[in-house]
Amino acid sequence: MLEIDNLSAAYGSFQALFGINLRVDAGETVGVIGPNGAGKTTLMRVISGLLPGRAGKLAFEGRALTGVPAYRVVARGIAHVPENRRLFPKLTVEENLRIGAYMPQARKHFGERLAWVYELFPRLAERRTQLAGTMSGGEQQMCAIARALMSKPKLLLLDEPSAGLAPLVVQQVFDLVRKIRSEGFTVLIVEQNVQQLLELVDRAYLLEVGRIKLSGMAAELKANAFVRQAYLGL
Amino acid sequence: MDIYLVEALLNGLLLGGVLALLALGLNLIFGVIDVVWIAYAELVMCGMYVVYWLLALAALIAILSVAVLGLLVHQLIIAPILGSPAINQLLATGGLLFFLQSFATLLFGTDFRNIGLRLPILEFADMNVSFARLIAFGVAVLGAGALYGFLSKSFLGTAIRAIGQDREIVGLMGVDQRRIYLVTSAIGGALAGLAACLLVLQYDVHPFIGLSFGPITFMICVLGGLGNMLGGFVAAFIMSEIISVGGFYFSQEIGEVLAFVVFIALIFVRPQGIFGRS
Repeated sequence: MLEIDNLSAAYGSFQALFGINLRVDAGETVGVIGPNGAGKTTLMRVISGLLPGRAGKLAFEGRALTGVPAYRVVARGIAHVPENRRLFPKLTVEENLRIGAYMPQARKHFGERLAWVYELFPRLAERRTQLAGTMSGGEQQMCAIARALMSKPKLLLLDEPSAGLAPLVVQQVFDLVRKIRSEGFTVLIVEQNVQQLLELVDRAYLLEVGRIKLSGMAAELKANAFVRQAYLGL
Repeated sequence: MDIYLVEALLNGLLLGGVLALLALGLNLIFGVIDVVWIAYAELVMCGMYVVYWLLALAALIAILSVAVLGLLVHQLIIAPILGSPAINQLLATGGLLFFLQSFATLLFGTDFRNIGLRLPILEFADMNVSFARLIAFGVAVLGAGALYGFLSKSFLGTAIRAIGQDREIVGLMGVDQRRIYLVTSAIGGALAGLAACLLVLQYDVHPFIGLSFGPITFMICVLGGLGNMLGGFVAAFIMSEIISVGGFYFSQEIGEVLAFVVFIALIFVRPQGIFGRS
């Protein structure tokens, strides 16, 4: 579904990604782990078109995605839940969801998708008229994911959904992602919470200083001596 | 209460409607595109000339042509310098102000022109209220209400409000920023065009008429908190009441001087505007 071939990216003169190869197949949940500054967020931003790739190939469903601006990438079926949620703080929950359905093909189904999202996240239905910026971190994350689902994406990009949340809430967010997975969405998720992530995903890639260091099935990575020592603290 | 004071208060309220409309347009553009259109009132002047010359279908044509003018201002002047420092953008729209004034002088001369339509003065309860002002107020409030409905209920309106809150992330929602900026500029222009239709009923048009509304509109926007639509709407009525009631007790000129004095005093107390957050 998503194929990334020898991709590089940079912020000005600072190169953040070097020759990345990555693949996500339809129906899979794939994780990207790695320390702070490894380039995980950069990778997500290049996929969704917020940052242009410098070199390499990026294709979605067999069609090139290189150089396509963000607002067109969504129309192709990729929704990005950005790092730190980035809701529109002075819009209500429902207005945030409305923007999520901004594209013409999503607008037509706004009513039914709103009902579906509220069924998936009943808490949001209770908060529909509240300003998004006044909700708790966990509720905001829920709203950010729901906003992305309003476009009914084929591929959902989740960037650090558990960052900055209390441990109990982190657990809830991972449960949410499980729920979305079971709805049949294909998910590419970036996380620092390696232990939890490897319980959730089918496969994962380990990113270090802009390069893929390891990749494999979740079970393989859990058993890998380097991952156990450096990321699982075992 | 003195019946003439009531009359002055009423006239102030009526004046406020059109000023509120102008403040809404300017605030919209500032809030969304983050640019101050110094030449905004000159667009009103252009609109007044359109009404003056094309009285027949005037109102509609004036609104549409100023909307197109707004679009052109964005595409030709703002878009190329969107990423440059604020002062450059200010200078560019300031240059536009002088260009429009000179261009109008070249085309139409410096004559004061009016459309020759004299609407009656209404008398009730010993008060005199200009019918033109009453119409202007009613239409301005309707226009403001329509804008509010559009911004709060439609997909496009929601995107327009969202873009100032996070310019990057709106892209992830499928929103093309450049298109939103164009639409916003056209709406800002249309509001100026609507104001022009209402003002031409009360004032003569000449190339420098923008100076009569430009400074006061900026004061209103700053007083309400730049980019704050509700603040600007309320501030318009505060300012128009000061001008009208001050004019009643002293003279029209003193009324306007008073408005400036109150503005300066309030800005010392609340630099972020009466509705702005520090």
